[in-house]
Amino acid sequence: MTVEAAHADLSVQPQPATIHPLWLRITHWINVVAIVIMTGSGWEIYNASPLFPFVFPRSITLGGWLAGALLWHFAAMWLFVVNGLVYVLLGMLTGRFRRRLLPLRAGDVVTDTKLALRGALPHDDLAVYNALQKLFYLGVLVAGVVVVLSGLAMWKPVQLWWLAALFGGYEAARFFHFFAMAAIVGFTVIHVVMAFVVPKALRAMITGRS
Amino acid sequence: MRIRRPIPGVDQNLLIKDAARLLPDPTRRLFLRGGLSVGALAMLTGCNIVDGVSAESVLRKISEFNDGVQAWLFDPNLLAQTYPESAIKRPFPFNAYYPESDIPEVDGEDYKLDVTGMVESKEEWTLKALNALPQETQITRLICVEGWSAVGKWTGVRLSEFLKRVNADLAAKYVWFRCAEGYHVQIDMPTALHPQTQMTLQFDGKELEPKYGYPMRIRIPTKLGFKNPKHVMELNVGNRYLGGYWENQGYNWFSGL
Repeated sequence: MTVEAAHADLSVQPQPATIHPLWLRITHWINVVAIVIMTGSGWEIYNASPLFPFVFPRSITLGGWLAGALLWHFAAMWLFVVNGLVYVLLGMLTGRFRRRLLPLRAGDVVTDTKLALRGALPHDDLAVYNALQKLFYLGVLVAGVVVVLSGLAMWKPVQLWWLAALFGGYEAARFFHFFAMAAIVGFTVIHVVMAFVVPKALRAMITGRS
Repeated sequence: MRIRRPIPGVDQNLLIKDAARLLPDPTRRLFLRGGLSVGALAMLTGCNIVDGVSAESVLRKISEFNDGVQAWLFDPNLLAQTYPESAIKRPFPFNAYYPESDIPEVDGEDYKLDVTGMVESKEEWTLKALNALPQETQITRLICVEGWSAVGKWTGVRLSEFLKRVNADLAAKYVWFRCAEGYHVQIDMPTALHPQTQMTLQFDGKELEPKYGYPMRIRIPTKLGFKNPKHVMELNVGNRYLGGYWENQGYNWFSGL
């Protein structure tokens, strides 16, 4: 590239700073698709042998019956895992995780929780996460790792016996998988509500800018 | 979707009965039920999402890909975990695609196991002859595709030992089993030769009860429960993919653990 061309590139840089780079927006929306499929089919699979005295209504499950749900689940797992790996890898390599999600201090969480409960937590600068956002985004990352590892332990309790052992065996891994799902669904509910409370945040996740 | 190939030794009337039983339930085939709200699914399947059949064919292709991944992951020397007697679930759950009242009754006196396909010695095996072979006991966990699991104690002949005795072609790709009531299932040769894959004749120290697969069932602790056929009447060694009762309806073929 010539010096002129490089300058020309700089000159067309958009003035409003990019809050969410393209790779992040793409992985985010692919993840939405993956989570919807994994959760919907996962609920149908749960219904075949419930861990607790309740089942998920058929109207919100995916797959129609156990075999269909399993086909969806073990197809979308590739989408979820590969997309998740790309997201985590780029999040670390670009320094975005370090810049946006760290440091996370207990004191800040307490302060921001109080502010949030009074409805006074500011969302002026979308590029700066408050302590609650950091806590939730880091938390859901952990839940994502647990849901994948416990899922692998349930899928391959013999070949990946060491992974199953890490969770305390096949039966225990089922509970880890369920609670990690519950954490992800809980996060998603709050996340979607907040996207409607702060619509410019939703816009930024589509266009990249506020 | 895979085309149902004619299966040797399967009662065609039973197959038709199965199909008729399945047809009235519209949800059985509609994998997309409850999924139409997911507009973005089109991105994944690359086809019209209203067209349930083509979405299903894509999902089945991925399931076949997963068969390959599982075969690659399978370690022929890795043993499934074994448990102490105290871990055995009593009474052990009965599970089948038919109710307990329809359990097939097989006469052990008349029983003869047909050994067919790529084997040198094709004679029939009586229950007595099977019982005379070296026996082994395993206490392992049976994991059902539904999610539940239970530890049980199975005693019988190593399938690999039997296959060697009948001079089976161990380079063949598959071993296929036909059951008394028409159930059929096929496994890969590496799993058939796994040291814990067993022709089971006893459960929990007693002769197999009818509900657990009398007179002989196949116990495979490295595969899901439905790959462990009961009331086995025929064993076939071959290279032809033959699907299976549940696999033809959409369950994953390899179903390894």
